[in-house]
Amino acid sequence: MSHAEITPAIVAEHGFTPDEYDVLVASLGRVPNMLELGIFSVMWSEHCSYKSSRIHLAKLPTKAPWVIHGPGENAGVIDIGAGPDGAPMAAIFKMESHNHPSFIEPYQGAATGVGGILRDVFTMGARPVANMNALRFGRPDAPKMRHLIKGVVAGIGGYGNCVGVPTVGGETNFHASYDGNILVNAMTVGTARQDKIFLSAAAGVGNPMIYVGSKTGRDGIHGATMASAEFTEESEDKRPTVQVGDPFTEKLLIEACLELMASDAIVAIQDMGAAGLTSSSVEMASKGGVGLRLDLDKVPCREDRMTPYEMMLSESQERMLMVLKPGREAFAEAIFHKWELDFAVIGEVTDTERLVLTFHGDTVADIPLGPLADNAPKYDRAHVPTPKRAPLGAVSESTDLGADLLKLMACPDLASKRWIWEQYDHMVGADTLQRPGGDAAVVRLHGTQKALAITTDCTPRYCFADPYEGGKQAVAETWRNLIAVGALPLAITDCMNFGNPQRPEIMGQFVGCIEGMAAACKALDYPVVSGNVSLYNETNGTGIMPTPAIGGVGLIEDYTKSMSLAFKAVEQDIWLIGGGDTDTHLGQSLYLRECLGREDGPPPAVDLAAERAAGDFVAMLIGTGQLTAVHDISDGGLLVAVTEMALAGNIGATLFDLDTGGAFGEGQGRYLVTLPAANVVDAPVPMRRVGRTGGDSIIIGAKTKVKLADLRAAHEGAFPAMMRDEI
Amino acid sequence: MKSAVIVFPGSNCDRDLAVAIRDVTGTAPTMVWHRETALPEGVDLIALPGGFSYGDYLRSGAMSARSPVMAEVIAAAARGVAVLGVCNGFQVLTEAGLLPGALMRNAGLDFVCRDVKLTVANSQTMFSSRYDAGATITIPVAHHDGNYFADAETLDRLEGEGRVVFRYAEPVNGSARDIAGVVNAQGNVLGLMPHPERLIEAEQGGTDGRRMFEGLLAALG
Repeated sequence: MSHAEITPAIVAEHGFTPDEYDVLVASLGRVPNMLELGIFSVMWSEHCSYKSSRIHLAKLPTKAPWVIHGPGENAGVIDIGAGPDGAPMAAIFKMESHNHPSFIEPYQGAATGVGGILRDVFTMGARPVANMNALRFGRPDAPKMRHLIKGVVAGIGGYGNCVGVPTVGGETNFHASYDGNILVNAMTVGTARQDKIFLSAAAGVGNPMIYVGSKTGRDGIHGATMASAEFTEESEDKRPTVQVGDPFTEKLLIEACLELMASDAIVAIQDMGAAGLTSSSVEMASKGGVGLRLDLDKVPCREDRMTPYEMMLSESQERMLMVLKPGREAFAEAIFHKWELDFAVIGEVTDTERLVLTFHGDTVADIPLGPLADNAPKYDRAHVPTPKRAPLGAVSESTDLGADLLKLMACPDLASKRWIWEQYDHMVGADTLQRPGGDAAVVRLHGTQKALAITTDCTPRYCFADPYEGGKQAVAETWRNLIAVGALPLAITDCMNFGNPQRPEIMGQFVGCIEGMAAACKALDYPVVSGNVSLYNETNGTGIMPTPAIGGVGLIEDYTKSMSLAFKAVEQDIWLIGGGDTDTHLGQSLYLRECLGREDGPPPAVDLAAERAAGDFVAMLIGTGQLTAVHDISDGGLLVAVTEMALAGNIGATLFDLDTGGAFGEGQGRYLVTLPAANVVDAPVPMRRVGRTGGDSIIIGAKTKVKLADLRAAHEGAFPAMMRDEI
Repeated sequence: MKSAVIVFPGSNCDRDLAVAIRDVTGTAPTMVWHRETALPEGVDLIALPGGFSYGDYLRSGAMSARSPVMAEVIAAAARGVAVLGVCNGFQVLTEAGLLPGALMRNAGLDFVCRDVKLTVANSQTMFSSRYDAGATITIPVAHHDGNYFADAETLDRLEGEGRVVFRYAEPVNGSARDIAGVVNAQGNVLGLMPHPERLIEAEQGGTDGRRMFEGLLAALG
């Protein structure tokens, strides 16, 4: 195969433009063979090279005193202070997309998405302690959508449950723009001792290169290239490029790697993710400034007669590449054999700064690593800003707030997602202190009084209407959710899901979202420490809504002081903290979409200074033990937030009269809190009493009363009913 | 009280079970790898944890039931040593023949993880002595194959001999006669699908699981 002639058609099939191919030939100093072409193809794919996004990603703030490793490593690493034995600990986390595979084969696509992000985290030395996800589906009645929902949820559960990492929360939205391109974003959070963090830079000429984990098969060849092209009707034909997950092997791999990591035998370690053996070996050598020689005859293969091309491009799952200290091979091998995993010395570190591959005694590839990395394409793609939306204008008053509330609580975006998260083991580890359904999941740092708070958020309809404000809002909402459970927000990971970057309006969405996110990260001292970009989320030329999914992580020093959203007692005052003039903003609100069928107007603006002030004040109130419940206000506005608190606590509420904007407006930077009746606090930010807890209904003013039982039936019943309609 | 937790490839509640036993009894159990051919001398309690041993790729628990250490577990059970199997551990116990019946795919076909209400059907076992007979308790489940099945004659016998220890008080997985946990004829081997080790402290959402380990401590010292 390596001797086939490289025709323009083959070059195009590998995703190169003619210009990119010319750079390739210049980098290599000759025409590549088929294997070399394949290696350049995956390394220069959008997925691996970030060629369209790199110059904009550089705008994001990535540093803070508590950031140990920011973007560029397998996952972000932040300082969380002393662990159970007093040694300093780190939280290690990242979110990643697996959109295209999940649309083609939802169970395996989602499952391997979870497997991949787990490996990114434990390859750094962390024990994974929590999984999260951010899912976007099309309209529930769109063709095969229920099949996709069911498959994705089962796949996420099937993998995480077996591996034994709790899936503690996430978010799920629905919109027609995802009908032909769902989004499956998975996040893993792990913890490690700071003196036991492992990086991927290869070092030590002559050190052995070790392959561990599953054998290499023919699955997933060219997955990274698939993730770098638009979908068409023919995408179904790409089913063979979807990998198959083996969570049992992943579990063994986690335990074996952590057991070996407890020793000092490892120099460097890297998981084989997208583009498998190619990207892992290239990245390890490039980061270390060294060369590698790999003998492909030594690669454990699942099938006979696999070619070097197939071995290097396979995306078989549950594999890792390591550099060991010399002489430690037997020690390491014993650990992997105990866990019944393959272990093979497949090469060595060299000083050539070249990737040299041999097979049957022949050199089958010889690539200079510098040019492979440095000459990767980097584009400043044309981008046009998204036009500002016209003001919404007057919206007629709701004639029945109660009926509209019932409708909203049952709409797909707001309906209880119990149907989803009861399929995830969210308790394994016995450290889950706040289960799914709250503002953020809370997971205890094992053996301590500390806990991590974790949330994923994004409001794509805001991003679509105004990418800059939407980008700000996505970051701010995660920050708010962490504040609401009593955490100090520390850092985020981002998963940037967009359409075709070669279209200026799509690139404009990307640039707008990035710049909005950057502004929010700066204002909130909340840097980006890891992330992933997924472009070409289009089917037949129709793009998804811009979806920069944000995963936020915060630290709770003493989990006995954490907070939840449930009303705790009757006769407590309900207060609104934050906001002001924008409280009644209905542009791009769920009320407008679900009750009036309109997706108009600008989204609510985020005043970052006000956001910070309100959040800091709520954090102080929680820290001093003055509050009994806290919930941020987001989709659906104040009335939905009150209802969620009431349902969680099974205690009703009586509210002062509200107009439509007051009930369902989605003004930002706001929290609802409860205090024992008649307790008053001095507030440096807007704070007003909106009602009192008690009873078995939500009562608004003199006219509206809705029974909690009816709200619960609507809220809990909607999703299962929707899924029962499956054909 | 001297205890051991068996670790199979793919066990994932082994640490949770060990922590629960340690926190309640004050002594950390010995972790025993499935390839071992001996158990700690004088062990009072052997616990088989939840998880997905061998990925559940064959029938749940079928591979682990044939692990080398299981011969020792079976021998110890015959000597009267207490054996507790939780979730996948229960599946292993049925596959090993220490308990009757089998755990089939949930009637709803989906994995289910949530707190469930259980009725204490027999409070006279060493595992359930700290619960009141007939009491309703809350313990979480997390399983895909928890649908207990046995033929009618076996079920009648189990009920007649008071060997049904816990029943689901709500629909969960389609189990025959709502059986959530059963003991062997001698009363020293309990298998149950719910996870008592997950509700040991109030912060976890309740403490109903704790009392099972308190009962074992009282019985086994």
